[in-house]
Amino acid sequence: MAGAVHIPDEAETRAKWGGFTFSPAYKAKADVFIGRYPAGRQQSAVMALLDLAQRQVGDETQTQGWLPVPVIEYVASYLGMPYMRTYEVATFYTMYNLAPVGRFHVQICGTTPCMLRGSDDIIAACKNRGLVKGGTTPDGLFTLNEVECMGNCASAPMVQINDDNYEDLDYDSMTAILSDLAEGKQPKVGTQLPGRHTVEPFGGATTLQAMVDKNHDYRGDW
Amino acid sequence: MLADKDRIFTNLYGYQDFALKAAQKRGDWDKTSALMKIGQDAIIEEVKASGLRGRGGAGFPTGMKWSFMPKAPTPERPNFLVINADESEPGSCKDREIIRHDPHKLIEGALIAGFAMRARAAYIYIRGEYIFEAKVLEQAVAEAYSAGLLGKNAAKSGYDFDVFVHRGAGAYICGEETAMIESLEGKKGQPRLKPPFPAGAGLYGCPTTVNNVESIAVVPTILRRGAAWFKSFGRENNHGTKLFQISGHVEKPCVVEEEMGIPFRELIEKHCGGIRGGWDNLLAVIPGGSSVPLVPAAMMMDVPMDFDGCKEVGSGLGTAAVIVMDKSTDIVRAISRLSYFYKHESCGQCTPCREGTGWMWRVMEKMRTGNAEIGDIDTLYDVTKQVEGHTICALGDAAAWPIQGLIKHFRPEMERRIHEAKGDNMLEAAE
Repeated sequence: MAGAVHIPDEAETRAKWGGFTFSPAYKAKADVFIGRYPAGRQQSAVMALLDLAQRQVGDETQTQGWLPVPVIEYVASYLGMPYMRTYEVATFYTMYNLAPVGRFHVQICGTTPCMLRGSDDIIAACKNRGLVKGGTTPDGLFTLNEVECMGNCASAPMVQINDDNYEDLDYDSMTAILSDLAEGKQPKVGTQLPGRHTVEPFGGATTLQAMVDKNHDYRGDW
Repeated sequence: MLADKDRIFTNLYGYQDFALKAAQKRGDWDKTSALMKIGQDAIIEEVKASGLRGRGGAGFPTGMKWSFMPKAPTPERPNFLVINADESEPGSCKDREIIRHDPHKLIEGALIAGFAMRARAAYIYIRGEYIFEAKVLEQAVAEAYSAGLLGKNAAKSGYDFDVFVHRGAGAYICGEETAMIESLEGKKGQPRLKPPFPAGAGLYGCPTTVNNVESIAVVPTILRRGAAWFKSFGRENNHGTKLFQISGHVEKPCVVEEEMGIPFRELIEKHCGGIRGGWDNLLAVIPGGSSVPLVPAAMMMDVPMDFDGCKEVGSGLGTAAVIVMDKSTDIVRAISRLSYFYKHESCGQCTPCREGTGWMWRVMEKMRTGNAEIGDIDTLYDVTKQVEGHTICALGDAAAWPIQGLIKHFRPEMERRIHEAKGDNMLEAAE
């Protein structure tokens, strides 16, 4: 579905990843996922296991991770699935990286609700820091991609970097986030608007004010 | 305006803890077994009587959908409830707030709805990009198991019920119910032909109902307060409260729970601080997420925000994802970007959609720059009609409608760009 990616040389990949197996921690998680489906339906866990495998590759390479072919083969055999059925899943869903990515995978939402709120500026902030769409910076730090609606439309524009969302961005806050990450600092996750909590109207909620300071139980008013 | 006491999602903004103890203080999981005691058919009747229509976009009556499930499932062929948390429609961002801030409403609703349709288990299919939200949901489900609210004799109701979280991995199409079932089975998410409908043969070939997160999460409150309470909001056939998500060119974009049928202008004035630059600056509105046609400003102002109100102006309420565009908007680009979205998300199964979405996007890009002929507008319209209704699922329709809306309401703007690109100043001369 997504744009064609450059899949790395197979012999090299096989030499590096041919012996991939789940670490004990990831194996434990994998078996929990498999246990969620009826007996004989373990194929249902393929999406979860591909995600785990990608995360383990990420841990080992200090990146967001990706899915080398031997790793996909391993997941297929773990679940007793034909390789092709597993490969089909890995190529169908956009969150599986089929080629290596950088330490930080910067995924900018460019769909209309974010576009209306200025995602062009966010893309410009990335470009001016040397990030190129579809590519990784030479220092291996940042991979940039434009993605489709991420469901943060009331706090747009937004970017997802690895597992974290940064919302209500502008050119300056995006630049600051990239600088922080490059310096090894963890930026504040979520909205970047000072004073905004989540998706309430900026400047203060127009409803449910009693909830702001305490866990109000409205049942007394029913 | 809806009173706070009548809002279902009281922790919508996450000012308070999502976890079980705090949720119970707000009223969740309060005597759930008593709600279930009235019996499965009585619950379905109550939901029918409340007038609840599906909150995922299509607006199908929820109680009626449940009643299609077999009344006597066997252990070999159990019933399943699948909860659609694959919120990916551009403009939609409500289920995210339910999941990360009020997940116990969803989990309690899953138990009650699952019980009513005699399901063995519920699978909550959450979109892959909701990484943080999935973590919260997993934690909330684990808490519910530890407290005996799920599993064997769930919430001391005498009914055994499981809730499992299944994460997606980035595919809009999995929000279509049969694609979601395929994906749950560990395949690529390509929609199935209907019939058979999921209530006959769905997940693993077993009877299945797929419901939106919001449809399920409102059920416990409806049962607690009674169908008549829920029905007292909104117009005939459009009842209840609803989460509205307002994005784009308003002063303060937000998610807010309001009464169905609230006039558009009131919704924006009360909660969003008005249109950026004032009401005269409003150009157009997409009232229900990217799949519904846009509505020009003049037609939109007083529309009641419900299923019938939006339908009357040639659009739809969809998921109540209101995308507002002011006069600074490049309207052709805004719609063209949606065309790109559908091109990107087409699953490739049906030729009219696979080829058509790419074709429509490329022509839309020509329209954006004006690098086209006047006749191309009619050709484009014609192609949207060839895609619409000729595919297994509604993604083809969803790709066609925004373009049809644009041509219907902004044809002069499209023509102007074509003339301008040709250096044709006839229009100016005529003025």
